[in-house]
Amino acid sequence: MPRNRRLLTYIRMLMVLATGVALAACGQKAGGGAAPAPSGGRLGGTVSVLASWGGNEQDSFLAMVKPFEDQTGVKVQYEGTRDLNAVLTSRVQGGNPPDLAGLPGPGQMSVFARGGKMVDLGAVLDSSAMRQQYSDTWLQLAQVDGKQVGIFIKAAVKGLIWYNPQQFAKVSGGSPPKSFDDLMSLSNKIAASGTAPWCLGLESAATSGWPGTDWLSDIVLRQSGPDVYDQWYQGKIKWSSPEIKKAWQTWGQIAADPKMVYGGKQSTLSTNFGTAGDPMFASPPKCYLYDQGNFISDFFVKDNPGLKPVDGFNFFLFPDIESKYPGSTQVAGDLFGMFRDTPQSRALIKYLTTPEAQAIWVKRGGALSPNKQLPPSAYPDQIAGQEAQLLTSAKTARFSAGDLMPQAMTDAFYKAVLDYVQNPGSLDTILANLDKVQADAYRR
Amino acid sequence: MTTGAARAERMPVAQQAQALNWLRRIPLHAAVVAICAVWLLPALGLLISSLRPASLVATTGWWTALSPPLRFTLDNYQQVLTSNNMGQSFVNSLLITIPATVMPLLVAAYAAYAFAWMRFPGRDWLFLAVVGLLVVPLQMTLIPVLRLMTALGLTGTFPAVWLAHSGYGLPFAIYLLRNFFVSLPSEMLESAQIDGAGHWTAFFRLVLPTSVPAVASLAIFQFMWVWNDLLVALVYLGGQPSVAPMTVTIGNLVNSLGQGWQLLTAAAFISMLLPLAFFVALRRYFVQGILAGSVKG
Amino acid sequence: MTDRVTLALIAVFGVPLLLIAYITASEWLLGLLRIRRHDAIRPWLWLGPALALLALFLVYPALNTAYISLLNAGSQHFVGLANYRFVFTDATMLLALRNNAIWLVLFTALVVVFGLATAVLTDRVRYGSLAQALILLPMAVSFVAAGVIWRFMYDFRPAGAAQTGAVNAVLTALLPGFTPQAWLINQPGNTVALILAAVWSWTGFAMVVLYAGLKSIPHEVLEAARVDGAGEWRILARVIVPLLRSTILVVATVMIVTALKAFDIVYVMTNGNYGTEVIANRMYKEMFSVQDFGRASSIAVILLLAIIPVMLFNLGRFRSQGSN
Repeated sequence: MPRNRRLLTYIRMLMVLATGVALAACGQKAGGGAAPAPSGGRLGGTVSVLASWGGNEQDSFLAMVKPFEDQTGVKVQYEGTRDLNAVLTSRVQGGNPPDLAGLPGPGQMSVFARGGKMVDLGAVLDSSAMRQQYSDTWLQLAQVDGKQVGIFIKAAVKGLIWYNPQQFAKVSGGSPPKSFDDLMSLSNKIAASGTAPWCLGLESAATSGWPGTDWLSDIVLRQSGPDVYDQWYQGKIKWSSPEIKKAWQTWGQIAADPKMVYGGKQSTLSTNFGTAGDPMFASPPKCYLYDQGNFISDFFVKDNPGLKPVDGFNFFLFPDIESKYPGSTQVAGDLFGMFRDTPQSRALIKYLTTPEAQAIWVKRGGALSPNKQLPPSAYPDQIAGQEAQLLTSAKTARFSAGDLMPQAMTDAFYKAVLDYVQNPGSLDTILANLDKVQADAYRR
Repeated sequence: MTTGAARAERMPVAQQAQALNWLRRIPLHAAVVAICAVWLLPALGLLISSLRPASLVATTGWWTALSPPLRFTLDNYQQVLTSNNMGQSFVNSLLITIPATVMPLLVAAYAAYAFAWMRFPGRDWLFLAVVGLLVVPLQMTLIPVLRLMTALGLTGTFPAVWLAHSGYGLPFAIYLLRNFFVSLPSEMLESAQIDGAGHWTAFFRLVLPTSVPAVASLAIFQFMWVWNDLLVALVYLGGQPSVAPMTVTIGNLVNSLGQGWQLLTAAAFISMLLPLAFFVALRRYFVQGILAGSVKG
Repeated sequence: MTDRVTLALIAVFGVPLLLIAYITASEWLLGLLRIRRHDAIRPWLWLGPALALLALFLVYPALNTAYISLLNAGSQHFVGLANYRFVFTDATMLLALRNNAIWLVLFTALVVVFGLATAVLTDRVRYGSLAQALILLPMAVSFVAAGVIWRFMYDFRPAGAAQTGAVNAVLTALLPGFTPQAWLINQPGNTVALILAAVWSWTGFAMVVLYAGLKSIPHEVLEAARVDGAGEWRILARVIVPLLRSTILVVATVMIVTALKAFDIVYVMTNGNYGTEVIANRMYKEMFSVQDFGRASSIAVILLLAIIPVMLFNLGRFRSQGSN
């Protein structure tokens, strides 16, 4: 191609390009920021929220913040992902954190807080109002080194033993067992009659094994008491110590005995926790008892159309093991923290702590509130009401141990549960391994 | 040249040959059909499950749906299509994927051409280093790159994801194209050089047009990978409804406890339609660009 | 919204135009220089845009990673090779290394063989386009969906109950006395089960690349072999495969890298439990759950080092191919 023609072509191309760039520059809007743009006294602007809620949880959260949006004019931009750890860590470390974020647990929260990434909520929230609405347990769990860095948006209660009332009545003669010994003898009686008394499902994608950790939390709390429990999750007592080992063996009486669990260990390991309770509602029932948190009721209803609470399914609390440690309850909750201090994020986090906000989600079902001032009428059905009562009136309440340990410890805990069910004879090796992880995990 | 008589003699032989040919081809067809069946089976299970009500999916195998009573439902599809933000996220996915597919093509082609047809010191080692970059795990790049982007103010913008996907796709693109360019006959380029044409002409008028199959397959893969990406979009662009691609919206059909997963069955099918259509559209380009002359191995 | 579409249009049309203008300008400028300088500078101009993008998105993070692997968990102080010592002594890491070795061999071999077979076979039937679309379909599916699909396949119900998983159902129906297996739980078969799921996903990729290579073999070469009386199998072994050698190498290399980086399938289906742990999954856990950046980085560096033998093998191939 002769040189001037080539030159001409390339000049023409540059002109096209320049026009395009000019168009883009004119059409390009500046990115939306969190800077306040007040209009008529309302706050305006946006606030970004990152959490792991999806599906109906996402709908509930958006419904919860709708009155806030209407009132203040602040637009809530919700980002949901099940990869919360990966996304949150990357964004925080990369310098682009969300304004508010759901936190996987107090363990993770303290890593972020000690890294200086979280905003101290002491300056944002009215501490006397908080103390009126939340018990000390809930406040302390969300503190790191004395600073309030998180709040609990919703709560859950675990260690509820679910049953099918009609079927259960046939084998138990009516009332739920009052002590763990009674529960075990009832289980043995059912097992002797040919059907497995318990259903158990440990599969849960990336966090398989967590239902077993809840079982163990309940057992340690009731068998060895709250002090040992605290030492346990704080890493101050070894896994191979007699108290903890006894808890595993107690659980093993159920989980590791093929006569006690429907489908044996293969079923336990491969059945998802959400569907593991369904055999209770089959005819004839394949099992009679299922230990899970309060959120499982939604699974029951979705998988078994027509099933109604109280008539179709009900629960009793995990009974006491040792009479000197009565009335224990295992609780859990969804933790929220602030990563960017803006007027909008302050307004939103204040709103989320109020009983009015939390009542919205509670009314929609599937959530309990840790807020003491929540009206009992907010609970949609009798079962939810009873669960809420457990939450507020428990003599000894402890947060799920697995959620309180450092993440490396929790991961090892989940895995240990699975290993134990697969191979109960190797308990000592499993506990020794947990001790090794414990020595390493609590260093930070 | 055959005479009429000779042709008449050949007829029964030809017919025999045809029949033999057909018989010989049965194993071929059997093999292809068997492979397709095996490959299709898992996806077929997904398809049938997506047309069943949720409670049945968890408790009975999908093949039971094929015998009466037939209880099919479009509920799952309806829920997915009308779910929050699905339309906007489809557009977002297109806006992310198409530029991220087009942008690396020419960049990789330039580099592949340089590696294939130019001599310079360190060429082979540099190329190997590029190939070696294939193994860099995506997760390790997120934090450093995000820091860089935040410093440049690019976070949350579409160009950020386009550049990121272009960068991540380059090692494979360069590797594939270079391999293809190298197999082009050197006589072709030598004769062009004798005619006085430079690299510009050789590249745009000889190499690129004959490399259409390789570029087409590259485009297909890059499209599929970017279309199905989740993490890069979430970290560099964000997951807010206004910018979220379909992968994020589909991911949010399931809640944190895993409920709603039966919607994923329908969503998977809706999401795979476009990449497959893209493949079918580009497949004919594989046939073009056949060279005359020998090909080096 | 329109600004976004405008931006996208600019990217789709403007960037190629910009690149063409860039090369045109470069060649024009080079034309102004003396002959000697041409050949030394030109390659770097052609490589320029690619090297810039690679440096930004891959090289810089890789170097950063190597540096962080020498620091402690929170990247606050230097700890030397302590993280590497952990990687090579921790039982789970060693298990992961073993598993990745299995992936390397089994996954790569199966994908290359199936990819070649499907490329050759689908080339010869009229409905080849449809067949290829079906085999490529798994690549069009996201890994999350692939996880759901294979859960369906490998699902387990106790013996006597109705099976929900296709594999168990088929085997129970075909083999009398077969008890359903929990494929994802039983070791070591579960790693193979995961590999099969990955092979299902990736064969389409190998098929497409090999098919593109196949289509570049001129008719004349194949016709000549046929006229010589060679049977189809011999043509495949003696003519096609040798001609496709370098393409097969590309596919094998990419599959080896995929095997080393295998993450999504394992993460979604077993999360590394029951002895299926792989390197990338451990890296993910260390990085985002435990937040020990030092260890996570050292695991990544192991991956980077593991690719070196593969690179060297490729180098051997280039040398034997001869330069042009």
